[in-house]
Amino acid sequence: MSVEAPVISCQNVWKIFGNDPAKFLKTMKPGMSFDDIRAEGYIAGVKDVSIDVHKGEMLVIMGLSGSGKSTLVRCFSRLHDITGGTITVEGQDIMSLPEKELIELRRSKMGMVFQSFGLLPHRTVLENVAFPLEMRGQDKHTRRARALEVVKLVGLEGREDYFPRELSGGQQQRVGIARSLAIEPDIWFLDEPFSALDPLIRKEMQDEFLRLQQMLNKTIVFITHDFDEALRLADRIAIMKDGAVEQCDTPDQIVLHPATEYVRKFTEDIDKARVVHAGVLAEAGATGEGDPVDAGATVHAMARMLVNDNRSMIPVQRDATVIGAMPRKAALDILLGAEA
Amino acid sequence: MTTEITSLPATRAAWTNGQWALGVVGVAVFLTILQYTGLLPGWLHRLPETVIPNFAGWLDAVFNFIKDDLGLLAFTRFLTEGLQWLLDASGNIFYGKRRWPFIGPIPWTALAAVAAIVGYYLGGWRLAILGGGTMVWTALIGQWDIAMQTISVLAIAAPLAFVIGLSMGIAAWKYAWVDKAIKPILSVLQTLPFFTYLLPAVIFFKVGPTAGAVATTIYAIPPMILMTTLGLQKVSPEVVEAGKMSGCTKFQMLRHVYLPSARTEILVGVNQVIMLSLAMVVLTAFIGMPGLGAKLLAMMGSFKLGRSFEIGVTIVLLAVMLDRMSKAWVVKQPEHFEKGTVLWQRHQMLLIGIIAFVVLTLISLVVPWFAEIGRGQDFSQGKELDNLIKALLNIEWVKATTGFLRAFLNVQVLIPFRNFLLSIPTPAFILLVAAFALALAGRKQAIYALIFFSLVALSGWWDRAVITLYSVISAVTLAALIGLPVGIFAARSEKWASRVLLICDTAQTFPSFVYLIPAIMLFGITDIAVIFSILIFAMVPLTRYTIEGLRTVPGEMTEAADMSGATRMQKLWNVQLPLALPTMAVGFNQAIMFAFFMVIIAAFIGTQDLGQELQRTLAGTDLGKNFVLGICVALMALTFDLTIMKWAADKKRALGLP
Repeated sequence: MSVEAPVISCQNVWKIFGNDPAKFLKTMKPGMSFDDIRAEGYIAGVKDVSIDVHKGEMLVIMGLSGSGKSTLVRCFSRLHDITGGTITVEGQDIMSLPEKELIELRRSKMGMVFQSFGLLPHRTVLENVAFPLEMRGQDKHTRRARALEVVKLVGLEGREDYFPRELSGGQQQRVGIARSLAIEPDIWFLDEPFSALDPLIRKEMQDEFLRLQQMLNKTIVFITHDFDEALRLADRIAIMKDGAVEQCDTPDQIVLHPATEYVRKFTEDIDKARVVHAGVLAEAGATGEGDPVDAGATVHAMARMLVNDNRSMIPVQRDATVIGAMPRKAALDILLGAEA
Repeated sequence: MTTEITSLPATRAAWTNGQWALGVVGVAVFLTILQYTGLLPGWLHRLPETVIPNFAGWLDAVFNFIKDDLGLLAFTRFLTEGLQWLLDASGNIFYGKRRWPFIGPIPWTALAAVAAIVGYYLGGWRLAILGGGTMVWTALIGQWDIAMQTISVLAIAAPLAFVIGLSMGIAAWKYAWVDKAIKPILSVLQTLPFFTYLLPAVIFFKVGPTAGAVATTIYAIPPMILMTTLGLQKVSPEVVEAGKMSGCTKFQMLRHVYLPSARTEILVGVNQVIMLSLAMVVLTAFIGMPGLGAKLLAMMGSFKLGRSFEIGVTIVLLAVMLDRMSKAWVVKQPEHFEKGTVLWQRHQMLLIGIIAFVVLTLISLVVPWFAEIGRGQDFSQGKELDNLIKALLNIEWVKATTGFLRAFLNVQVLIPFRNFLLSIPTPAFILLVAAFALALAGRKQAIYALIFFSLVALSGWWDRAVITLYSVISAVTLAALIGLPVGIFAARSEKWASRVLLICDTAQTFPSFVYLIPAIMLFGITDIAVIFSILIFAMVPLTRYTIEGLRTVPGEMTEAADMSGATRMQKLWNVQLPLALPTMAVGFNQAIMFAFFMVIIAAFIGTQDLGQELQRTLAGTDLGKNFVLGICVALMALTFDLTIMKWAADKKRALGLP
């Protein structure tokens, strides 16, 4: 990760729902739990969250329904006004932006994909995709050209004149994705984009999404309640419960070192061997013998070698330089479960 | 969420609402017995004239102040000019009134072709036949001119109501205070008898089409407001957020996101605006508006049943056509064209329409029959129908049946019932109504009932109010005796349910005025005809909601009853009816509202109730009295509305139904 300033940075963000949330937050005793707050008649949608999103990174926010993940992402784009704390987007405090500049920010920098697509039913595919361009006043010709380009990018060529209800769920979400990409945003929010789809289509769309991300390399905040999806896509995962972030780390670390009991329960049934990479297991400074393995290889990918090999320390390399060595036993423990 | 649980009575020792109600009934019965034994002092039986406040006079003073001192009259007369100009223009186009733009009238053949093509575009061949057929019937039967007089007012009033309703609906959705301000006004407006709309319209907007158009517009606005607000509130939050994330400004949100997404509800509002406008425009005959209504009124007045029947058919056809077409428009979704479709193919229907219109207009310049069906050329069978109807009614058994019904119902049931209601002392009557509200709904509703009915008593029109109530109660009771079994029977099979629902749907689109025709045909100008017209009008919602209530009982529950070995009867009584009851109550409520509406119109036949007095005020300028009478009807209707709807809502919640 780079040392540049984060694209989105939030400090001690609170979002409270209720009659007079601002006053409540001011007079609230520190250390109140989610249930304590609810007993007072308020709901803590986001509870004291501090998190940074870096350029080009994919941050996945994971949590069960009602955990505040959707609320948090809506705070990033100020679809919700936050109750306390600060959120800066590319250095600008978004709560202090006047409406005009906020609209400008959304028109030029942000794109968002919604769980139930949020398509306008009276517009064709092409008109839906061109909608953000139309709103910012681009002329008909350029917006049509750009919209056609994005429609092609998401593989909906030939469906430009269809109406949303004439498309399948997967196709509709492609339209949603195309629309969010039309303005070439730097920051891309995806709110459970694949949850409403069938499992098979979901897998297909995830692949499609990874392909797009490889081409576009955007800064992404991705929301899901599906832990497998999170592991599959994320650079980092933030796990939320009752409005608070329980842990925010790389998938490897979350699986290996769950910070709380709640996170541990989530990781329990996960096949860790498919998540943990050699790079994470490597101890810097240690040396091993023989051919090195690649830092990006999962334990699962190395399984046969791990079983057949008899070295105790295996060197690990990243980009052709050795970064350390991995104890074979540690990798085997992950593959087979620790010895009792 | 947590408060629902605590609504149980606080202490066991306190009386429940039911017990209170029983106590109140006891007091009322005691008062009535006193009255019968002659022990009750006269001032407790009826309020003495001397204590009745002069509401009418006060209201008159207020009206005069607003009208003259605040200059409202000058303002509305100014508006009248503009409205008159619009009506003249549409009058010229539709029936050739000699006013700007001097192009009309449109030949009937051209309009019929356009109606058929619009019908085809919206709903295929069936609607094409309905649209074209209605127009052809109207022309051939010789009612083209009067129908177009009606349509020309409709063409101004309905769009006006749409625009005003839409703007107010948007305002109510946007600003909570507007919503709060207009909600109570709307609920009163919807229970106010239509005669109450008419007189102010006449006073402020001159007799004739202008007043008719204003009354029609005002009458049609409320549902448009409600549907607009409902539609805007229902727009999915994700669509709204998608709009915001696309960088919409506030106006862009409204124009491109909210209004198009609320299309369905807004179009349902349009449908209701059209239907209410048509119903009202016919009724404005009472204030001298020419057209179908005026003709029908005249024909019924001179007992020309054949012609009345023909006009009734025209009105019904127009209503069904407008209803079906606007409903088809609601469900019509945009379809995409394949790439490379040429322009004239995309707008094929529009083109055919224009061509047909132009060609027929040109032909009509040469062949007069295409432009207008002259006097004596029509196919009206008024006289023959008259004779036919009279012959039918003279058939021995028909005559015997109607005669028996007339005699038996009148002498044995209705008149005794009316006299009994009239014999109840005023305070006892008010207490009975309050007890009814208390038992069904709760204290708040009981207090409303108490206040509302006391106001009616204070208005000085108590006896007429009781007679109004008597008509409503007897007609709704009879309607329930027929409508409920029909509904229950129809709900037993899919086929019959959809058939009967279709009939109900269609019947509901008929302007209320036409319900008088069969009543007068069968029973002449009698009390029974009044009851009968209310009865058929009120039966529609009763049957409809019974079917809907029974059909929406969850399948699992009836299956559970079947598996428990319930017979059909057991299933009906123990499972289906209890679960359908809240929905049926809504139908019952609507039946009562319809009955209050109809009883006022039926004043035309000749009654002794509030409607009769109301109708009488139309001839003069007694605004105060007109309002007092109107509000009396509204207060009684509101009492039932509040009570029954509360009961239905409570029951639904208790049963956990949506």
